[in-house]
This record gives sequence, C-alpha cells and structure tokens, in this order.
Amino acid sequence: MATKGIVTGIVSNLVTVQVDGPVAENELCFINIAGTDLMAETIKVTGDKASVQVFESTRGLKNGDTVEFLGRMLEATLGPGLLSSVYDGLQNDLTTMEGVFLKRGEYTDPLDHEKLWDYTPLASPGDKVKAADWIGEVKEGWLPHKIMVPFSFKDEYTIKSMVPAGQYNIDTVVAVLTDSEGEDVNVTMTQKWPVKVAVKGYRNKPRPQKIMETGVRVIDSFDPIAEGGTGFIPGPFGCGKTVLQHAIAKQGEADVIVMAACGERANEVVEIFTEFPELIDPHTGRYLMERTTIICNTSNMPVAAREASVYTAMTICEYYRAMGLRCMLLADSTSRWAQALREMSNRMEELPGADAFPVDLSAIISNFYSRAGMVELNNGKTGAVTFIGTVSPAGGNLKEPVTESTKKAARCFYALEQSRADQKRYPAINPIESYSKYLEYPEIIEYLDRKIEKGWVDKVLKAKNYVRRGKEMADQINILGDDGVPMSYHESFWKSELIDFAFLQQDAFDAIDAVTPIERQKYMLELILDICNTKFSFEDYEKCREYFKNMINIMRQMNYSEWQSEKFHSYREQLDQLLSENVK
Amino acid sequence: MSNKAFQRTYTQLQAITKATISLKAQGVANEELATVDGKLAQIVKTKGDLVTLQVFSGTEGIPTNAEVRFQGNPPTLKVSEQLSGRFFNAYGQPIDGGPEVEGEEREVGGPSVNPYKRRQPSQLIPTGIAGIDLNNTLVSGQKIPFFADPDQPYNKVMADVALRADVDKIILGGMGLSNDDYLFFRHEFEAAGALDKIVCFINTTEEPPVERLLIPDMALAAAEYFAVDRNEKVLVLLTDMTLYADALSIVSNRMDQIPSKDSMPGSLYSDLAKIYEKAVQLPDGGSITIIAVTTLNDGDITHAIPDNTGYITEGQLFLRADSDSGKVIVDPFRSLSRLKQLVQNKKTREDHSQVMNAGVRLYADAQNAKTKLENGFDLSDYDLRCLDYAKEYATRILSIDVNIKIDEMLDTAWELFGKYFSPAETGIKQVLIDKYWKA
Repeated sequence: MATKGIVTGIVSNLVTVQVDGPVAENELCFINIAGTDLMAETIKVTGDKASVQVFESTRGLKNGDTVEFLGRMLEATLGPGLLSSVYDGLQNDLTTMEGVFLKRGEYTDPLDHEKLWDYTPLASPGDKVKAADWIGEVKEGWLPHKIMVPFSFKDEYTIKSMVPAGQYNIDTVVAVLTDSEGEDVNVTMTQKWPVKVAVKGYRNKPRPQKIMETGVRVIDSFDPIAEGGTGFIPGPFGCGKTVLQHAIAKQGEADVIVMAACGERANEVVEIFTEFPELIDPHTGRYLMERTTIICNTSNMPVAAREASVYTAMTICEYYRAMGLRCMLLADSTSRWAQALREMSNRMEELPGADAFPVDLSAIISNFYSRAGMVELNNGKTGAVTFIGTVSPAGGNLKEPVTESTKKAARCFYALEQSRADQKRYPAINPIESYSKYLEYPEIIEYLDRKIEKGWVDKVLKAKNYVRRGKEMADQINILGDDGVPMSYHESFWKSELIDFAFLQQDAFDAIDAVTPIERQKYMLELILDICNTKFSFEDYEKCREYFKNMINIMRQMNYSEWQSEKFHSYREQLDQLLSENVK
Repeated sequence: MSNKAFQRTYTQLQAITKATISLKAQGVANEELATVDGKLAQIVKTKGDLVTLQVFSGTEGIPTNAEVRFQGNPPTLKVSEQLSGRFFNAYGQPIDGGPEVEGEEREVGGPSVNPYKRRQPSQLIPTGIAGIDLNNTLVSGQKIPFFADPDQPYNKVMADVALRADVDKIILGGMGLSNDDYLFFRHEFEAAGALDKIVCFINTTEEPPVERLLIPDMALAAAEYFAVDRNEKVLVLLTDMTLYADALSIVSNRMDQIPSKDSMPGSLYSDLAKIYEKAVQLPDGGSITIIAVTTLNDGDITHAIPDNTGYITEGQLFLRADSDSGKVIVDPFRSLSRLKQLVQNKKTREDHSQVMNAGVRLYADAQNAKTKLENGFDLSDYDLRCLDYAKEYATRILSIDVNIKIDEMLDTAWELFGKYFSPAETGIKQVLIDKYWKA
C-alpha cells in the first residue's frame, strides 16, 4: 500500500504533508491540485509530518489537498535517444510539450518508445554477467551505445536468452537473465537510476592519465584539465563565463557533452539548440548536437528542479561513461543550485551557515564533484566524466561559501577577473591566480612529454613565470614611473604583455582564432618563449613599447590567419624581420 | 472581482505586522487574494489553519477584528486592445479617469515560456545613442537594466530609447516613481504623439511600497497579451527595480525569514529572474524586450540587488558622469550587451565588432595614462595621444546626447583612430584596416 497524506502547510514551494505511513528521505510524491499532479520530493521528516519541495508552482494549493507517495526517489530514464535531447531538470522532454508556455503538472517521456534501433548482441546465452556489463549495442548517431545489464541489478546472472540482431524499440526485451536463485529477469534497452546516487559498476577509478583538449590556449597550455578531471570557473557577471563554457562545449575533445543550464538565462540555452545543430564537431566532423544533451532549468523555472537538473545531468554522463565513452559535463551555474538549497533551508527554518547557506553546502558540493572521474570498467576498457562547473560569486568576491567549497573539491581553478574583462582581455582568465593541479601529476607530465614534446610542462611554467614577473614589473613601473625604473623592467613588462596578447587572449567569435589545436599552441608558445628568452636593446622605453606593440600586432594577425597558410607565413617573416632588427 | 459567488469572511486576526496579517482560516489557496478591511492582500504562507497574508497597502489602521474576505483567485488583469493608451495603478485599476478595461481576465505572474519554444533574438533595436548602439547593441527579446546612481538622468534616457525604438507597444511599470517623474513620462509620451502605443502601471512614492510587488507582474501580463496573442513587438520599461527589491525585503523581514546578503531575502535571485526572464523572442514574431532601471548606491555594483540583477539580465548599461567631457556617458567598461554579437557584423557593418573593441581598448589605455598623470609621472607621446583621443571619444561616442545612425558611429570611430593612432596601435584586422582606415 502506497503511503498517502494531506497538505497541512504551504510556504512558497515548501509544503508540509501529514502522512499515514512510512516515507523515505528523497522519496517522490504527487500532490493533487484540482486534478493535476505536482511532483515533489521529500526533504525532511518529523514524526508524521513530511516536508516536501514541490518542483512546480504551488499557486492555488490548499490545506487538505491529497498527496500520494511513489515509493521511489527521483530517477533518470536511461537508454538510446538521450543524445540531441532537450530536457528540463526532471528529464521531461521539452521538445514534445505543446503550447508556448510550460504547463504545470505536464510530464513528458524522456525517450521515444516507437523508434526502432539497429541492435547487435554483444553477449550470448550462457555468459555470466553482472550490473553494467555490455550485452548489446545500437548505433546512436555515430556513437556505439551499449545496452547494459541495469545498474540496479545486484546479483551475478547467466544469460538465458538473447534476441538476434535486428530492429527493436527500447521496450523490447532483448535478453532474459537468470539470477543465482534461478529466477528469470528481463532486460530491455532502457533502465532507470536514482539521480542522487552515484552509478558504480566499474572495476576502479584510477588517477587521470591525459588532458582533455579544449582549443582554448590559456586552458590547454597554461592550466590543462584532465580527461576525467574536475574544474570550475568562478567570475563576476560580464566576465565571459558563458562564452567560455560554450567554447569548451563546442571544442572539447569528448564523445558526449551534457550541458546543465541550471538557473541561468533561457536565451543561453536557445543559443545552444539554435547553433549546435549547425555546428561541426572539430574532432569527428559530425554535428555537435549529435553528441550533446541539454538539461535546462532556467532561472524562471521552478527552483526545486534546479537541484535535480545537475544530478540528472551527472547521471546521464555516468551512464555513457559506463559504455567506455569520454563524457563532459558542463554545469552553469552551481551557485544557482546552492541558492536553491539556501531557499529551501531558509523556508524550513534551519539554522543557517555562512551567508545563510545550509551548513552542509561544502559536503554536498564535494560529493557531487567526486562523481566525475576516469574509470576502468569491468571489461578493462576506460571511460571518463570530466566536469566543469561555473560559480557566480556574489559581488564578484571569491571569498564566499560556494567558491570556497568548490575550491576544495575541484582540481582546476579558472579565475575570471573583472579588470581583465574591463580591458576586453578575453578569455578573462587570470593567468597567475588560476591553476591546474594536473600539471603536478607525474602521469600527466609524462603524457604531455609524449603528446606534445619532452619538457613541455617546464616550458609552460617558464611562460607563467614571465607573466608573473611582468606583473611585478608593471607594479614597480606604476609606483616609480616610466623613468624611475631600469630598461629591463620595461622589457620584462612587455614580454608578459606579448604572452598575454599573442597567446592568452583569444577571440571566441573569430572562426580561426576561436579554436587552436595543441600543435598550433605549441608552435606559438615556443615562438613566444624564444622571444622572451632573447635579450633586446632599446634606446628608451618608448622605443621598447613601440617595438613590442608591433610584434604583438603581427602575432595577433598570425592568430587570425589560417594555420600554415601563406598569410600566416608572411606574418611570420615580418616577425623574423622585426626580430633581426633588434637583437643584442 | 468583488461579486464572486463563493466568498468566505473571517473577522479575527491572530497577528499583525507592518506588512502582514495572520488569521485562522480554512479552505484557502496559496497565493489567493483577499481583502483585509477593504485593503488588497495575498496569501504567502499557511501553517495548519494559520494563514499569513501580505497586505499590499500596508497594515496601518487594521484592527484585530478586521473583516477578511477571500476572493478565491490570485491577482488578475483584464487584457484586450483597450489597454492601449491607458494608465493604471498597481491593481490594474485606471488612474487616468477613463473607463474600466473590458477583456479576458488573466492571472498575472503566470507560467514561463518553454525554453525550447523560444527563438534566438536577432533583431537590432537602434537607439541612436552610440554608447549603446556601437558598444552595447540592443536586440529585441533582450533584458537589460540601466545601472545608475540616483542623480543620473536614467528615466530621460530610458524614455528616449523607448520612443526611438521601433516597437508596437511600450509598457511602463513604474515602482516608487516620484510624482514628478510620473508626470515626466506622461508628458514625454504625449509630446511624442505615442500615447496610443503606451500602457502604464504606476506606483508612485505616495503609495505604499508593498503595492509595488504587483507592478512587474501586471506590466508583463499586459506585455504577454500583446506579444503572444497579437504577435507584437513589445518594449517593457521597469523603473526602479531597486525599490521593487526593497519591497521584497520588507515582506520577507516581516515574515521572520533569515536574510542573506545586504538584508535581502535568500530568494532574491529567483524573484528577480521570474520577472526578467519574461523577456522573449517568440516563434510567431512577437517579442518582449525589457529595459529596466536599477539605481545604485554610489556606483556600488556589488550590492545584492545590482549583483543578482547582473547575473540574470543580458548585460547592463552603466551611466556615469564623465569629468573629461562634462557629459553623462554610457561607461564602456562596466556596460555590456550580451546579445550584441547576434546582430553585430550581421545586421550592422562588417567592421562593427572590431571597431568597438579597438575603441574601448584604446579608451582603457587612456585611463592608464590618466592614472600615471594623477600619480605625477611623465607621459609618453602615446599616453598624450590616448588622452586626447579619450576626450573626443567620450564626447562624440559615449555621451548619451549623441543621436546618430550606426554607420555614422563607425565612421566617427575610424576618424578618431586615424586622427590619433597608427593602424598597428589599433590591433584591428588588416583586411578591415585596408578598407576603412582614414589617414
């Protein structure tokens, strides 16, 4: 018998329900309001009173309205057809909803049940299998989508029967398994999994081994993110967080991209599903939308579903990771999720932590980040979930609870800076404050030695040091004046400006400059380092400025030119000419 | 509204604060309206049979035995073509002496547009102000506030923008507007002969602050009628959103909620987003563009109100007085239009974005030179040229009294580049230099 209840209190989307039976933490329920069912999640139980957060507007709800508990947590539906979809935070398919406005209580199916998929078995009757083992495969776009023993299956099973290769819909029983007790269970192409529980079913989780290319120079070269790594991008509004995230989504070297628009602007999601179907993935030549799933709970959509949206997105990534694919999750922004937690905590009248956020905020964030990672599957293959979250710190001040909690959990830190953005130095990632812990990993250093060239990380550190020194010199010049410092200060300062303008800054809206493959990054960084290692001589600081400005201009033109094109080489010649004019 | 068949009346209040009252009542619905001693109120909380209502006009003079009548519905607005040219108060009642509006009664603060049904904004809204059109181009379906100190002429600029914009309807939501400003808007709209395309919802400083909470929902319900039902291009002006947020904090404070930053309610972000996200480009051609005003305290954008606003809106237009030119300018550093790249170089000339970036970068160099000057250092030749450029750039481009076409703005910028700099110093792509450089 399902537990039932009645509404006894309402504050915005927090509803108190008097229940007549057992309820579980995070259990779902439907609140019936004039014939419409509103989905809600249990977040606290006291005696026979359950506090539930409603995923919809509670306008018109009355005390005494009836509630039915579902006996399960919020689940994601997993199966072929997830890619190219646009879902809300509860995984309702937004594309199949009717009307311009969202209707309360309208829930749509995440997957198409009619569509036939070309199924090929990967296992045979008699095989021993357990949860997450691959037993079949369909082609989803160009990706091999593995059909797996459902993650929720706890036992070891023997395959009793398997359908032959052919066309089936997702509800077809493709295999029958026998458990250790001799009971038969059916396996279809779809399964469900509670979003707040991490998907296991892999052998182990080794340290990341390689970097994930993004085509963004300041990331790939200066602070690379590992495949299966974690990173976060805090920044005040207007510093280019969203542009940067979209650039990573477009160019990132991953098989599957899940974008969670969590409490952000709807027009940003519109941009994704308007542009991605037209854009080509630089790595595979396929349409970007074919590898992308969008989960969107925009800022005007119900607050409680914001939290659900990031978990739903993570679960979808973990599902594809179990197929041996490289997935990337981009969540914009985790601060909105934290604010949703704060709103609920406040309505439940819990004692607040810093800035009125709940006290367990830090634990919730680090628990979520820990779901990313590279895994070695039971069959020895590997898969990865790389996670990059954005943080929107209040007032642009990085000393606030969400940024601080995230800093403890994420391995890469990309600090967007107001003053860089003011000067239109995009991407506004501060090259000195930002870091990637992965540059310290011996595995990654060794990988970069192989992938780019021996000693690459040393070169990067050297370049970073030039930037740092340039910053110090700039401070000195500002204090002592142009005439008050030796010429070498000016030279150091302009060398760091050269690195900034010709390498760190990148025009995300220029077709060529937007993406820089690692080979081209290597070429440019080495060229710049050669210049930085050169000792110049100048009559005065004016000459020095003019000389470097010229150099910067030429190198920017190089960045705008097709790699290795005639134009590119002619700028290179101009540069060599300029260099030969002034070398000690 | 007052002749609903089913009305429940109560006469015993349990608690009264400045903004809310509580009483025991049964069978009432969340967000339902009621009258308390004749004043409009709305349910904000129920706990058992104890119901809390926010009283929009304040609780002054409400006795514990006040009559409370529940109306059975959330706030509504009657929508039809008859709204055009009319002035209303926060409850949607006419204040211009005209008749009540006949039309379909709709709930205000209704559901959001399915994001998948939105279209990408792509139509330029020219304003003639170069600080906006050149550096921070506006697009229909955008939501953007003016950030300005109270002494800046933001209402004047907003009225100029509204009257120059090519839209079918202008809907003004005035919150805590001084009576003088209200009359100013009325006069501007009349003088421009634009009254027939104006709808105004006005709460002045003479009226109670909590009433303001209804203004954006009323204005946007009217906007949705014209944009969704009639496929019109609608421009919504909301001024001043800081006063709206202040009203939110009053209510949340009276409800004993734990305040977050700057004593604002923890839900401030969601509350503001619900309003701003009504800006939309619809598939059938209708659109809602929102231009708002958020007044600042001494230019402080880190305060919770402008800060949360900045994360929600698609940029901001920052007004400040510029001492070099003696004008009020649209600050090129602090201002941003996030949708500008959807129209720049596409609906405008190919050199637009590069000219914009170069112009601002050189202006930034001038600021550095200014700092050096202030610190008593010698200026280089380049610094001096930057300073001269900055003065002319502020006067001819950034000043809010500029009113020219976008091509003229671009030509003016090229003229300034040619006058003060060499092509290499601008960092503009060579192909554009070859085509547009004015020596």
